[in-house]
Amino acid sequence: MGVRIEKVELPGIGVRHDLVTESGRRISVVSHRDGERDLALFDVADPDACRDSIPMTDDEAAALADVLGTSVMLSRLTNLSDAAVGLFTEQLELPIDSPYLNRPLGDTKTRTRTRVSIVAIVRDKVVLPSPTPDEILRPGDVIVAVGTRQGLDAVSRLIANGPD
Amino acid sequence: MHENTLILIEVGALLLGMSLLGRLALRIGISPIPLYLIAGLAFGNGGLLALEASTEFFKIGADIGVILLLALLGLEYTASELFTNLKHSRMAGLLDAALNALPGAIFALLLGWGPAAAVALAGITWVSSSGVIAKVLRDLGRLANRETPVILAILVIEDLAMAFYLPVLSALVIGVSLLQGAVTVAIAVAAVTVILFVALRHGHVVSRIFTPDHAEPLLLGVLGLTMLVAGLSAQVNVSAAVGAFLVGIALSGRVAHNASQVLTPLRDLFAAVFFVFFGLVTDATKLPAVILPALILAVVTMATKVLTGYLAAKRAGIAEPGRWRAGLALTPRGEFSIVIAGLAVSAGIEPQLAPLATAYVLITVIVGPFLARIPDSTWFKVATRARAAAAPRSLGEA
Repeated sequence: MGVRIEKVELPGIGVRHDLVTESGRRISVVSHRDGERDLALFDVADPDACRDSIPMTDDEAAALADVLGTSVMLSRLTNLSDAAVGLFTEQLELPIDSPYLNRPLGDTKTRTRTRVSIVAIVRDKVVLPSPTPDEILRPGDVIVAVGTRQGLDAVSRLIANGPD
Repeated sequence: MHENTLILIEVGALLLGMSLLGRLALRIGISPIPLYLIAGLAFGNGGLLALEASTEFFKIGADIGVILLLALLGLEYTASELFTNLKHSRMAGLLDAALNALPGAIFALLLGWGPAAAVALAGITWVSSSGVIAKVLRDLGRLANRETPVILAILVIEDLAMAFYLPVLSALVIGVSLLQGAVTVAIAVAAVTVILFVALRHGHVVSRIFTPDHAEPLLLGVLGLTMLVAGLSAQVNVSAAVGAFLVGIALSGRVAHNASQVLTPLRDLFAAVFFVFFGLVTDATKLPAVILPALILAVVTMATKVLTGYLAAKRAGIAEPGRWRAGLALTPRGEFSIVIAGLAVSAGIEPQLAPLATAYVLITVIVGPFLARIPDSTWFKVATRARAAAAPRSLGEA
């Protein structure tokens, strides 16, 4: 991975961690000695100056880290399929009134009906990779599916309304 | 009225007044230091109303204030931070010293003051105010900026340089012989070096004397050790302030963290007392005569500070706007300049030094934070962008 996080000492104040994104934007976290931290976003026109500095509480920082962590796991899982032409990855939230709620995944017969593969289920921020057909679908599940555009649209209709 | 009662009334009224001044400073967004100095001037020699009874209290309080200022400065830095900064930023530090200490020294000589006063004024114009600048950077939300480590590095080097400079000044103002002075300086340099080394390698040993978990013994212990070492340092002609700074450096880890928490309110109290005391002993009637020289000195040395910051940031590969931010942020002088002036004045060199230093610090500490805001203004951004467009882009992305 080409990502580097740089650590800079701020004597008397704390430390700063920098990340420069592929698009050239810089994001920094300033950690104060007393445990406070700021998230800083940088100016495009003036790359040395932060445009905004946002103080974050412990809970807020942990929550943000969680959100970023979950999305990273998903993109790692689906990185491979994105490279293939004509294949798309989509995250489909299981509708709360889905006919497949609390039924095994196999019941949807997704692969037979739509030629789409379900590669993972995200449940409570945890990724279940390669779910088996007897995995029970729960409220709030997010289904990660790989297939053609039409196929994915069909899956979306299938889990919402059942077979056409 | 009983003497002690009078002390209570005077000290109480003055502290209460300072609290109001502190609120005022917060309201208009400046450092309270200039207001404390003015309060001191108003109630001191030649002021509106002379406070007589409490002078003794303020004198001792001022001594403790200097010691606590330095001890907490030491607590703020770890020995390894000092070493890394010394390694990476010595060029910036030398540049800073050359550009800012020399104008002060030359100015004193032009005024016809002796060499001791020249060294003192060199120190006064050299050292930026870490306290005011750190606060300005925080207020302007610039802690994450890329030029900020450059600014902080200069401040650290200045603070460290003070550990070597103050003993030299003490020796000079006491007027000891050349040999005796050399011995004093040698002792100071050796002491500073040894303590830095011990703090770097065995900081935890010194810290083990104290328990970080109980506030009261920690407060008494650290305060006691600081005052003891400060006193012993003064006894061997190494400045008391330096001794206190070294105690701060030697403490590390949780002891340092908790000690700075329990000592900060005390520092705030006694440092304020110190600034008021400096104003009290400064003859206000002498002030009008030095306004013009102080103004000239302030303009010159603020310009050289801007240049210092600009060049240091340029060396670090910061683009044009950041260089100006670094330069303009460094202009305020404050607590250290007053400490140096206090040391020189108490030794009785050059009676005009105190009013000059007061006026000088007042000007820089009031004007400085406003200068620091200039790079955030629209016209400044437009101007630097126009310059950057005219010149070939030299973004020093290291």
